[in-house]
Amino acid sequence: MTVVSMTVNGKSVSADVEARTLLVHYIREALGLTGTHVGCDTSQCGACVVHVNGRAVKSCAMLAGQAEGAEVVTVEGLARDGELHPVQKAFREHHGLQCGFCTPGMIMTAVDMIRRKPQLDEQTVRDELEGNICRCTGYHNIVKAILAASEEMR
Amino acid sequence: MSDLSEQGVGKPVRRKEDFRFITGNGHYTDDISRPHQTHGYFLRSPHAHAKIRSIDTKAVLAAPGVLAIFTGKDIAADKLGGLICGWTVHSKDGSAMKVGPHPVLALDTVRYVGDHVALVVAETHEEAKSAAELIEVDYEELPAIVSLADCEKPGAPQVHPEAPHNICFEWELGNKAETEAAFARATKVVKIDLVNNRLIPNAMEPRAAIGEYDKGTGGYTLHTTSQNPHVARLVLSAFVGVAPEHKLRVIAPDVGGGFGSKIFIYAEETACVWAAAKVGRPIKWTAERSESFMSDAHGRDHLSHAELALDANGKILGLRVKTIANLGAYLSTFSAAVPTYLYGTLLSGQYDIPAIYVEVDGVYTHTAPVDAYRGAGRPEATFLIERIVETAARETGLDPAEFRRRNFIRAFPHQTPVIMNYDAGNYDASLDKAMEIADVKGFAVRKAEAARRGKLRGLGYSTYIEACGIAPSAAVGSLGAGVGLWESAEVRVNPTGNVEVLTGSHSHGQGHETTFAQLVSSRLGIPIDQIEIVHGDTDKVQFGMGTYGSRSGAVGMSAIVKALDKVEAKAKKIAAHLMEAAVEDVVFQEGRFTVQGTDKSLAWAEVTLAAYTAHGFPSSEIEPGLKETSFYDPSNFTFPAGCHICEVEIDPETGVLDIANFVAVDDFGTIINPMIVEGQVHGGIAQGVGQALLELGVYDNDSGQLVTGSFMDYCMPRADNVPSFRLGFTKTECPSNPLGMKGCGEAGAIASPPAIINAITDALGIRDIEMPATPARIWKAIQSSRPRAAAE
Repeated sequence: MTVVSMTVNGKSVSADVEARTLLVHYIREALGLTGTHVGCDTSQCGACVVHVNGRAVKSCAMLAGQAEGAEVVTVEGLARDGELHPVQKAFREHHGLQCGFCTPGMIMTAVDMIRRKPQLDEQTVRDELEGNICRCTGYHNIVKAILAASEEMR
Repeated sequence: MSDLSEQGVGKPVRRKEDFRFITGNGHYTDDISRPHQTHGYFLRSPHAHAKIRSIDTKAVLAAPGVLAIFTGKDIAADKLGGLICGWTVHSKDGSAMKVGPHPVLALDTVRYVGDHVALVVAETHEEAKSAAELIEVDYEELPAIVSLADCEKPGAPQVHPEAPHNICFEWELGNKAETEAAFARATKVVKIDLVNNRLIPNAMEPRAAIGEYDKGTGGYTLHTTSQNPHVARLVLSAFVGVAPEHKLRVIAPDVGGGFGSKIFIYAEETACVWAAAKVGRPIKWTAERSESFMSDAHGRDHLSHAELALDANGKILGLRVKTIANLGAYLSTFSAAVPTYLYGTLLSGQYDIPAIYVEVDGVYTHTAPVDAYRGAGRPEATFLIERIVETAARETGLDPAEFRRRNFIRAFPHQTPVIMNYDAGNYDASLDKAMEIADVKGFAVRKAEAARRGKLRGLGYSTYIEACGIAPSAAVGSLGAGVGLWESAEVRVNPTGNVEVLTGSHSHGQGHETTFAQLVSSRLGIPIDQIEIVHGDTDKVQFGMGTYGSRSGAVGMSAIVKALDKVEAKAKKIAAHLMEAAVEDVVFQEGRFTVQGTDKSLAWAEVTLAAYTAHGFPSSEIEPGLKETSFYDPSNFTFPAGCHICEVEIDPETGVLDIANFVAVDDFGTIINPMIVEGQVHGGIAQGVGQALLELGVYDNDSGQLVTGSFMDYCMPRADNVPSFRLGFTKTECPSNPLGMKGCGEAGAIASPPAIINAITDALGIRDIEMPATPARIWKAIQSSRPRAAAE
C-alpha cells in the first residue's frame, strides 16, 4: 500500500491505496466523489475526464500515484460558491444530457476545450469530442451547449 | 398564472433532474456502497461451446480476501430456477417454441463466449478478479456455430438438444394463399436479400448490481441497473425463486441509459442477490465494458429475403418475407417476441398492402442472447419495407416519393393483414414537410455541383411507421405474452398541497421527473417544483411494467391522468362540502375550486389540508385523505409515423461518406415537452447512423470468439460521425389514449437506417450495400460497379 496525497477540488486529501490504483478509483472509492464515472476499460469513452493541473485527463489512464501532489478538479468542484459553471448551465439550458452518465466527462472536456480554443465552431467541437462517447443525445445538443457556453465565456 | 403556463404541457421546460447530473450528484448503482459490502466477479467461458468436465476451486478459497465461490452446482443444490423468456411463440404446426434451459451459472455446458461459470466473492474487486484466475476449469471444447446462414443446416453443431437444427420456432403471420394469389397476378415482382446487422447496445453506464440480505427480517434487497424493477422482482421471485415477492425489494436508482438492454433479467444480479444470503454481506458487481460486450443482450441480427408484387401502375399487391432471426445461445426475457410480434406485425409499413405473408425462423447460435434493442423488431421491419419499396420505385422508373404516395394508407382506422389496426395518421403530411425541409427540389443542382467537385451525392427516403404504447393486455396475451402490459400510477396529495406521483414507468434518460410533473402541473395548477415523481423502487411503487417500447407517455402518463381524474373528483367533493354547495356546481380551474355563479372559492391547498384535517366530513360520503391509484390498460397500440430524408456525399476515391443533411419529420401526436422529444429523436437517429454506417457485432466463424469486444473494435458513433439534425413535426392525435400521445423514444433508430442506405445506393447507382456501410465497403462497391473497360 502507498499513501497518495493531492489537492482535489481545493482540499488537501490523502489515502493509503494499492500501488496499482487508478486515479479514477482513488477519486471514486478513496474519496467518495462518485460524479466521475467509469464507462469502459480501454480509455475510449471519456466518462472519467477530470482536470489535473488544469488540463483534461482521462483518470482511468493514469495511476493515482502519478497525480501525487497535483491539483485535481472533478465535476463536483466545478461550481463555485453555489454558482454553476457556465458549461454546466449550458448543458441544462440546451438539453445536453439525457441519462447523465457521460455528462461529467463531457462537461470537464468542454471546460478544457473552451479554455484552449476560445474561438470554437461546430466542426472543431465535434473533432474535439472524439474522446467522449454519448449514447443518448446524438451529440446534437452537447455541441449546441458547448458552443453556447463558449460564446457566454468569451 | 403566467409563470405556471410556462411549465405545463407543450412547453420546453428545462429538466428537473439535470442539477444532480451536471454537478456529479447522481446515484447510479455503482455509486452506491452498502455497509460491509463485498465484491463479486464472474468467471466467464473463454469458449463458444464446451463441456465442463470439472471445476477446481481449492486455490481460490486460499487467495487473499476471498470469502466464497459459487458455481452452477451450488445454485442447482438450492433448487433455484433458470432465467426465463416471458413470451411464448408458436410454430406454424402449432407447437410451442423449443426452449433450452438457461441456468444462472452454467451447469455442465457453456454456450457462448462470456457465459457465466462461477461467482467469486472477495473483500475487493481486485481480489475477486485476481482469485478468479486461480479457478481451474477442465473444458472439453466442442464445435460451435455462430453463422446465421449455416446454423439450420444438417450437421451444424447443436446449441440445445431440445431444439433440433437449432430451430427454436418456425413462425408465420399473414395469409399465404392470398399472398400467393397476389404474386400470381403481379405484372412485376421485386426481390431483395437483406442483412440486418448485429448490434451491441452499449448504454454508457455498464450493468451493475448490489445484492443484500437482512438476517433479521429475512428480506432481500437488490439495487440493479434496470428499466423495469417490478418485472425483475416478479421474475426473481415467481420463476427463479430467490425469495418470495414480499421479501424482495428491487431498486433501480439513476440508470445510465438502457435502450432495451436493461429490460432483461440477467444472471449477474440474480447470482448476487442469491449469494448475499450465503455470504451474509452485501455483494456488489459492476460490469467492465468488456463484460458488457460479451454478456449484455445484443440486438437485430436478421437475414431476410423479401419479394414485392406490383401491378402495372406501381400499386403494391402483396409482400412475402422469409427471415432467419438470431436468438443467441439462450432465450432472453423478451427475445421470442422481438423478431415475431414486434417485427412481422409492422411489415405493412405506411402502405395499403392487401396481402402479406411472413415466415420467421428463430434460431439458436453460440453467441450472446439477442433481445430488444431500441426499436426492437420495428427497425428490422422498417429497414426491409423501406429498402424494398425504394428498390421497387427505382425499378419501375417512378420517383421514390411518388411511388410511396401511390401506396399510402389514407383512410383510418386501417386494418393491415398482419394484426395491426392503425388508428390515425397522415403520411402525405409528413412526407411533404420532410421534402420541404430537405429542399428536395434543389437536390439535382446540389448533385451536379458535387459532381463538379468529383463527389457523388445521393438522396434517400424512409417513410416509417412503428407500434408503440406497448401494450393492450388482451391483445398481447392472445399473442403469447406472459404478462399484461398496462401501467400503474398513484397520486399522493400531501396536506400542504404538494404532490407525489408514484409511477411504474422508469426513467433512465427520458426526463420523466420533468414531463410527468408538467402533466400534473397543467392539471392541478401547481408549480412543477411542488411535484415529485417517484419511480424505480418496489417498496415505494406497488407494481408497474417499466419503460421500453416508447410506452411511458402513452401508457404511463395515461395512468397518471386516470389517477388525477379520481383525485379531482374527490377534491371537488371535499370542496363542495366545505363551501356548502352541490358537487355538480364546483368547478376546478387553475388551482382553484369555485362554486359556479357565486364568488365562493377555495385554493387547492385549502382543500388538500381539509382533506386531512377532515373535521366534520359526512363520514358516509367522504373518507379523509387524498390519494388515488389507477391501473391503465390501453385499448390499442399507438402508431407514430413520419418521414426521414438523408442526403449523403461520397468521395469515390476513398469511400468516405459525409451526411450532408438529415431531416426527420415525425408525427408523435400530443407532445408534452418538445425539447425532450427532439432530444429523443436526435439520439435515435445517431443510433441509426451507427447501425447504417459504423456498428457491427462480429463473432469469428471458426473459433466463435467475439471479435468486437471493446470500444477499440466496435465502432460507436462519435460526435464527428454525425451532423446536426433538422427536425420537424406533424400532428394527428392518437385516439387510443386520453392524452393523444404516440411515443417518441425509438422512431429515430427505426426510421434512419433505410434513409441512409437508400441515399448511399442512390449516390452510387447500385442496388444494395450491406450495413454497416463503412468507407471500405463503399469503396469496394464503387470498384465493383465501375465499368472495367478503362482497365482492360
